[in-house]
Amino acid sequence: MSISAAWADTRTTLRWKRSGSLISYGLLTLGLGLMVFPFLWMISTSFKTLDEIYSLSLIPSRVTWDNYAAIFQGTPFPRWMLNSLYVAVIATVSVCVFDSITGYILAKFTFWGKQVIFVLILSTLMVPTEMLIIPWYLVSSSFNGMDTYWGILFPGLISGFGIFLMKQFMESLPSELLDAARIDGMGEWGIFLRIAVPLVRPAFATLCILTFLGSWNSFIWPLIITQSEEMFTIPVGMAFFSSEAKDSSNWVQIMTGATLSVLPLIVLFLCFQKQIIRGIATTGLK
Amino acid sequence: MRTTGVIPSRPKRRLWFGSGIGRLNYRHKQRLFIYGGLLIPLLYFVVIRILPILYSFNVSFREWGMLSPDKPFVGFDNYATLLSDSLFLKSLVNTGIYVVVGVPAQLIAGLIVALLLQQVVKLRGLFRTAYFIPYVTSVVAVSWIFRWLLMKNGIVNALFIELGLGPQSFLYSPSQAIFWIIAVMVWQNIGFQMLIFLAGLQNIPKLYYEAAAIDGATGWQRFVHITIPLLNPVMLLSVVMASIGFLQSFTQVLNMTGGGPLDSTISVVLHIYNLAFKSFDMGLASAATVILFVIIFMLTLVQLKVLGSRFQQE
Repeated sequence: MSISAAWADTRTTLRWKRSGSLISYGLLTLGLGLMVFPFLWMISTSFKTLDEIYSLSLIPSRVTWDNYAAIFQGTPFPRWMLNSLYVAVIATVSVCVFDSITGYILAKFTFWGKQVIFVLILSTLMVPTEMLIIPWYLVSSSFNGMDTYWGILFPGLISGFGIFLMKQFMESLPSELLDAARIDGMGEWGIFLRIAVPLVRPAFATLCILTFLGSWNSFIWPLIITQSEEMFTIPVGMAFFSSEAKDSSNWVQIMTGATLSVLPLIVLFLCFQKQIIRGIATTGLK
Repeated sequence: MRTTGVIPSRPKRRLWFGSGIGRLNYRHKQRLFIYGGLLIPLLYFVVIRILPILYSFNVSFREWGMLSPDKPFVGFDNYATLLSDSLFLKSLVNTGIYVVVGVPAQLIAGLIVALLLQQVVKLRGLFRTAYFIPYVTSVVAVSWIFRWLLMKNGIVNALFIELGLGPQSFLYSPSQAIFWIIAVMVWQNIGFQMLIFLAGLQNIPKLYYEAAAIDGATGWQRFVHITIPLLNPVMLLSVVMASIGFLQSFTQVLNMTGGGPLDSTISVVLHIYNLAFKSFDMGLASAATVILFVIIFMLTLVQLKVLGSRFQQE
C-alpha cells in the first residue's frame, strides 16, 4: 500500500469514527431528553398557577410557590415525609448492622451449617413478596401491628440481598490481617468492628443508600398495613390523594407532591452516585 | 476464598463448668462469635420469611373469607376456583404480555444505551447519571407523572398532534394501555440495565476486538460474535431479574390505570391484591400467590438451565 493510500485510509477511518461518535452523542442526547423531560415537566407544573397548567410551555409565565404552601398547610404531606424518613432511617440502620455481621461471618469463617444457611437466605430472594404479604397481614392484624411504625418496619429489618452484597465485599478482606489481629489478642467482635467494618466502608455506603431508597419508595406493604392518614408513608399518601383527586385542578397538587417525593432521592443519588453505581455493578457481576 | 483458622488450636479441650468466658479457648470464642452473631438474623429469616411461606400454603388450602370463621380445609378448591375464573385467567395472560414485551424491550434499550455510552468519552458521566436517575425515584410518583403527561390534553398528545399522529387515548384505550404501562416500566429501569451491561462490557478484553479487526471482521460481526456471547452471563442475570420484576407488576398498574380499562391491564399481583384486601378472600388470594410462586420458580429454573447451558458452550 502506498503511503498516500494508507493516509487516505486512516482519514476515512478517522472521519468514520468521528461521525460514529457524533451519531452516538446525538442519540444519547435524545435519550437524555426522554429521561429528564418528565421530571422537568413535573417540576414546571408544580410552579404553575391553576389557569396555566394546561399550557404547553415548560417555563411558567408566573412562578408561584402557592402549591407548596398549600401542600404543606392543607394536607398531611409533611407528616408523611416524616413517617417515610423515620421508617427509612430505622430500616437502614438495622439492615446495615445485621447484614454486615451476617455477611462477615458467612464470608470469613468455616463452620457447620454454613452452606445451608447461605442457600436458605438466598432462596428467600426468589419468593415473591406477595406470598409473604398475606401471612404478614394476618399475623399483624392479630397482634395489633396494623397502623403502627413497627408494623410498617418489621418486614424490612434484615435483607437477604444486603447479606449477599456484604458477603461479596467481606470476602475481599485479607484473612492474614484478621489473623494478625487475633494473634495480637484482639477479640472477634473487636476485629469485626475495628478492622472489618472500617475496611468495607464503601459497601456500607452502597447498602445504606439502596436500603434507604428501597424503604422510601416501598409501596405495597405500607399500603396494606397503614390505615389512618397520619400513618401513611409518602408513596401511600401520594397514591391516596392522587386517586381521591376529582377534578383536574388537583393535578397541580399531585405534581407538587411528586416533586417533593422525588427531589430528596435525586439529591441523595447525586451525592452518593459513585457508591451506588459501584455497588450495583459489583453485585451485578458476581 | 480463604477462611481463617491458621492458628492451630490446642488439642480439643472440654468446656468445663466454671471455666468462665475468660478461660474459653480460641476456638470456643470463635464458635461463640459465629453462632451468637447469626442468632438474630437466622431467627428473623425463619420467623419473617420461611414460616410465612409455609403459612401461606396452609391458607391456600382453606376457605378463609370473612364469612367463614372456622377456616375449613377445602383441598384444592381455591385453585380450581381460580383456574375457572375468567378474570384471573385474564390477569395471567396480561402478566404474560408484561413479561414477553417488557423483558426484551428493557434489555435491548439498556444494551443500546450501554453501547452508545461506550462510544463517547466526553460527558459520559453526565449521560450515565441522567439515564440512572429514574431508577432511584419513586414508582408511585413516576406513575402519576406519566398519567399527567399522557392525559387527553397532556403534553404527549400535543406533541402527537403536532407530528400529525392525531390525538391518542393512551391509558384510556383497552388496546394501548398495557403497552404504555410497559413503556413506563422500561423507562424507569433502563438505567439499571445500562449499568449492568456497562459493567459486563468493561469485562470483555479489548484484545478480542483488536484480533477480530485484524482478521477483517466488521463492526456488526464483532458485535454478534464477541460482544453478545461474552455478555451472556450478565444477560442471564438481567433476564432472570427482569422477568421476576415484570411478573410482579403492580405499583404502576394500580397507579396508572387501576387495572382498567375493561381489565385490559390487570396483572396477577393486582388481582391478588384485590382478592385479599378488597374482597378479603385470603384463601383464594393465597392460592393465587402460590401459583405465582410456582411460575416464578419454574421460569427461573428454565432460564438458568437454557441460558446457563448456552453460556457454557461458548
